[in-house]
Amino acid sequence: MPFSLDQANDLLKEAKDKGATDGDIFVLQGESFEGTVRLREIEKVSDARGKSLTLRLFFGKRHAITSTSDFTQKSLHALLDDTCRLAQISPEDPCAGLPEATLCEKSIPCYDLSDDAVRNISIDEKIDMARRCEQAALSADPRISNSEGGSIGNSHTGILYAATNGFSGSYRTSSSSLSVSPIASEDGVMQRDYWYSSRRKYSDLESAESVGAKAAARTIRRLKARKVATQNVPVVFDPEMAASLLSCLGSAINGYALYKQASFLMDHLGEKIASDGITIVDDPTLSDGLGTKPFDGEGLPATKKTIVEKGVLKSYLLDTYSGRKLNLPSTGNASRGAGSSPSVGVSNFHLNPGTDSPEAIIASVQSGLYVTELIGFGVNTVTGDYSQGAVGIWIADGALAYPVEEITIAGNLKEMLLNIERVGNDVCRFTRISAPTLKISQMTVAGSERA
Amino acid sequence: MKDFFLTKYDLSPSSLESVMGRVLGKKIDYADLYLEYTASEAMSLEEGTVKKVSKNISQGAGVRAVAAEKTGYAYSDDITLENLLVSAKTARYIAQEGESSHVPSVKTNASPHDLYPVQTAPIDVPIEDKMRLLESVDQVARACDPRIKKVMASYASEVKRVFIVNSKGEMSQDTLPLMRLNVTCIAEDGGRREVGSFGGGGRHEFGFFLEDHRFEYYAKEAARQAIINLSAIDSPAGPMEVVLGPGWPGILLHEAIGHGLEADFNRKGTSAFSGRLGTRVASELCTIIDDGTIAGRRGSLNCDDEGVPTSRTVLIENGILKGYLFDRQNAALMKMPLTGNGRRESYAHSPMPRMTNTFMLAGKDDPSDIIRSVKRGLYAVSFGGGQVDITSGKFVFSANEAYLIEDGKITKPVKGATLIGNGPDILTKVTMVGNDLALDSGVGTCGKEGQSVPVGVGLPTIKISEITVGGTA
Repeated sequence: MPFSLDQANDLLKEAKDKGATDGDIFVLQGESFEGTVRLREIEKVSDARGKSLTLRLFFGKRHAITSTSDFTQKSLHALLDDTCRLAQISPEDPCAGLPEATLCEKSIPCYDLSDDAVRNISIDEKIDMARRCEQAALSADPRISNSEGGSIGNSHTGILYAATNGFSGSYRTSSSSLSVSPIASEDGVMQRDYWYSSRRKYSDLESAESVGAKAAARTIRRLKARKVATQNVPVVFDPEMAASLLSCLGSAINGYALYKQASFLMDHLGEKIASDGITIVDDPTLSDGLGTKPFDGEGLPATKKTIVEKGVLKSYLLDTYSGRKLNLPSTGNASRGAGSSPSVGVSNFHLNPGTDSPEAIIASVQSGLYVTELIGFGVNTVTGDYSQGAVGIWIADGALAYPVEEITIAGNLKEMLLNIERVGNDVCRFTRISAPTLKISQMTVAGSERA
Repeated sequence: MKDFFLTKYDLSPSSLESVMGRVLGKKIDYADLYLEYTASEAMSLEEGTVKKVSKNISQGAGVRAVAAEKTGYAYSDDITLENLLVSAKTARYIAQEGESSHVPSVKTNASPHDLYPVQTAPIDVPIEDKMRLLESVDQVARACDPRIKKVMASYASEVKRVFIVNSKGEMSQDTLPLMRLNVTCIAEDGGRREVGSFGGGGRHEFGFFLEDHRFEYYAKEAARQAIINLSAIDSPAGPMEVVLGPGWPGILLHEAIGHGLEADFNRKGTSAFSGRLGTRVASELCTIIDDGTIAGRRGSLNCDDEGVPTSRTVLIENGILKGYLFDRQNAALMKMPLTGNGRRESYAHSPMPRMTNTFMLAGKDDPSDIIRSVKRGLYAVSFGGGQVDITSGKFVFSANEAYLIEDGKITKPVKGATLIGNGPDILTKVTMVGNDLALDSGVGTCGKEGQSVPVGVGLPTIKISEITVGGTA
């Protein structure tokens, strides 16, 4: 029996009887499947059922949060008592509390986010999809010598939120994904890459053959990679890596980083932070979007917002708490996870496409780097300092020339965002955070000795 | 503790045998059942006030079936015999034929280790004591320097109970305490802001943080690093000599070497170290150990998550590759002895080979001689995170405290330095090894295929003749 909104409201009523002034309950209930095929044989099949209930109670300005995956009455009552006790001994926090009732979503939109059809697809059929995907990669080129496997996965999640300000709502979501990670070798040196498709609905997944072929092509093009000399050059980010840059921007305008003064973009609202070609929206209303939701993690309306318009920062990303700390209203970006307080998250966070084709952008570079993978944790949100390990293709005379590896790219995000010189027209709207090909006019590429 | 799970979930040895019997069949080589109950708590401090006090309970059961290279895994967070039998049936999807077979009667398989004998688990200490600890951290950090403008600290602890029974009839259980204290300071001077962090922990009693001025040390280190970074210049870019300080910079071994020596990648031939057992992969100054048996360490375990007692494994001895890290499935497939490295994040994950505490043995050099030997280079003493591409061997890690070495002397602090290199040859470039081996303070978390587990690292001061530094200057 799934946990219901009535049960949640009953528990909140009990909390009020015990003296809580306010409270909310967030429940996740889900099931998932994953199958992996490696070198044409089943390698792993896994099946999961999980759930969690997160309870937050306020005693005036004091509060605490607890969670459990044990939904027995006995356990839930123990949790309730524990939470009351913890909240009462926690220090007061003047900004703590639920959003005002008047701000909550009154008519919850109904999005088609759940995939019922996938329930009729057998394990055998799903495994076959992963097998065909891996096969497409393995047979694409004789240099594909090994594989980390092809995987198929799908999940269903039920989300329920109820609060003592009167809001209660629930919705169901699902997702399916298909991926493969082939390994190529030449002259005794191996390279690995991958490709994937991830959608709300199984039937919308890219074909197994197409995912496999793309993964193989991405892997093959990394063979015979070289190191290049240390130099300052233009750097072109492919759409996946441009999306990672967009994530860095998202972290820097997250309300929690801002009020803690831990962001290089603090006090920049209304200011120019990126080049003119940059417009970024956060749109939780997109049909089929992996970040689409009918209300945010505090029951506030989830609406489309322009975050950056022609390079000017128009909005931060805020929930109720971080908003109060900054004297700003929530932007409806509260995100919830099991066992923790609300945090800030993006929905479908997209950098709008420009007019240049990726080919034209590459052609505009005399000598520079086309980045296809970044590794490491060299991003400092406080200062904007950026230095990441990179893999890519060297651009010579406006054309992709040869693969490069064991290099880093470095700069400062403040300048990098202002130096985005070209914006591609090649956006993929299916990923939650997406951006087109971007060209940054100059960064430091570190490799071997400077020429 | 002994019958915690059997009592709590109304199970018996014979009902567990029936679950194992349901998984086992002609084509199943091995099966196990993993029960877990974890209670955890966390709180953080910012703006001088404790916030976000939380307490969480997580419980569940995972059933696994292994047939040669195939694994079937099913888990549920409702621990009932009925659910376990359903999971058992799903797990054996990988063997579509065969009858259920007999399981030997279950016997306890006790670990020879008792690495974290705590009287009172940190989670059972009154919450007020932990709030006071965070407030003290705040005061110590602020008192360091008026330029320290923001202090953020967090405390987390958990006690994890695990119970493992397998198709060989072996049963083992453990109770694992774990705690961690982290401090982050932001220093500000003339409009410039820089950050510094430090922390520590392990499988100890709560009093560990109060002994030997530990929490004060963490707070002072975080503040000191933030202040140092205020005067840091941009990092140089390009290849140069690099000296790594003792302790936490051992993350180099974890990324560059350790992951590549996990048995799964080597069995599949996907690691840059595949097929290199017995060959030279490091200079003869290097001996690298993975040891899950060091008392109280964050990466230590009495037994791994497959019920195998942990051990001390020599990975590289005087530069020669000696061994890999094994879980049961890969040890069986590669016909090698178990090392006790089969680990999992929780009941929601199936085990795989993972590191525990990975470090290099001390050498003979005096650390000051190592610095003196460098004409122009980088001295890196603290790092953020690192990452490796197992297949190409390329790894990267980012310094959050580093200095220039000029003419044998440590001179200016630098910021934003990322080091990138090639795992299979980085240790061949180790030309000096210090006599000052130190283990890290206990904050490491390793991620692999979406699973996080606590780990430790250690290193003496070492000199690497050349590594690419990714800065901007």
